[in-house]
Amino acid sequence: MGLASIFFYLFSTILVLSAFMVISSRNPVHSVLFLILAFFNAAGLFVLVGAEFLAMLLVIVYVGAVAVLFLFVVMMLDVDFVELKQGFLQYVPLGGLVAAVLAVELVVVLGGSLFDPNFAIGSGTAPIPDVTEIGNTKAIGLLLYTRYIYFFQAAGLVLLVAMIGAIVLTLRHKEGVKRQDIAAQNARTRETAIEVVKVETGKGI
Amino acid sequence: MEIGLSHYLVLAAILFTIGVFGIFVNRKNVIIILMSVELILLSVNINLVAFSSFSGDLVGQIFALLILTVAAAEAAIGLAILVAFFRNKGSIAVEDINAMKG
Repeated sequence: MGLASIFFYLFSTILVLSAFMVISSRNPVHSVLFLILAFFNAAGLFVLVGAEFLAMLLVIVYVGAVAVLFLFVVMMLDVDFVELKQGFLQYVPLGGLVAAVLAVELVVVLGGSLFDPNFAIGSGTAPIPDVTEIGNTKAIGLLLYTRYIYFFQAAGLVLLVAMIGAIVLTLRHKEGVKRQDIAAQNARTRETAIEVVKVETGKGI
Repeated sequence: MEIGLSHYLVLAAILFTIGVFGIFVNRKNVIIILMSVELILLSVNINLVAFSSFSGDLVGQIFALLILTVAAAEAAIGLAILVAFFRNKGSIAVEDINAMKG
């Protein structure tokens, strides 16, 4: 068994175990931490198949942004998570049945000998260049910024919409906070700002 | 035994199944459901990258990149909705999300 095989089994075992801990952990903070572990091991698998750029992206985007976002939300919400865990065992038989059927189907179809290992070598539209000449990151860049530039732009738009949507959903104006309203200040005229009061002698206002 | 495409596909299938199972058993906790969706998308990414690598076609990795983008956007929007819902109702249980009687 070669070194690559050992690492594949190491990464995939930890990946599957930590994925199972994500869904079965009692504490959601532990779930998020196991999710981070799962992403790290998936990044290791990506390195094994030669997709270094995606591996680094997985670590930076998922672990650095998405998982930390999950962690923030879990810690920010004051929820009784033990109560939410009620009925966990009640759904296990049905969920287990569906999952078992799905797993058997997928493994039979994908793990069988239907796929010839050399099914499509060289038939791709964008062959992977030799890594000794052009690295994975540069090859992706050469492809992404030329032929798939519109997809890249669309991805940017998706992120922009997500950012604006998240801000709009969570922004709230607190009552009772004094803010400077420049439009209201500029709209003031002499008539609205100044009032001349004739004070009668000996009475006051 | 040499690690081939089938190994990666079976691994992704197991991961996908765990994600679906997680959605089934955590019927009350939206945060865990969102994490299960992340696991499912990760398994899809593993599939794409494995196919890309073993067929020698770089387009699969470009596609995985786009899925990564969509997954990040989905997580951000989902968690924002969750925070807004928690402010209004004081709970994140799925049973309480019934204001529209759907």
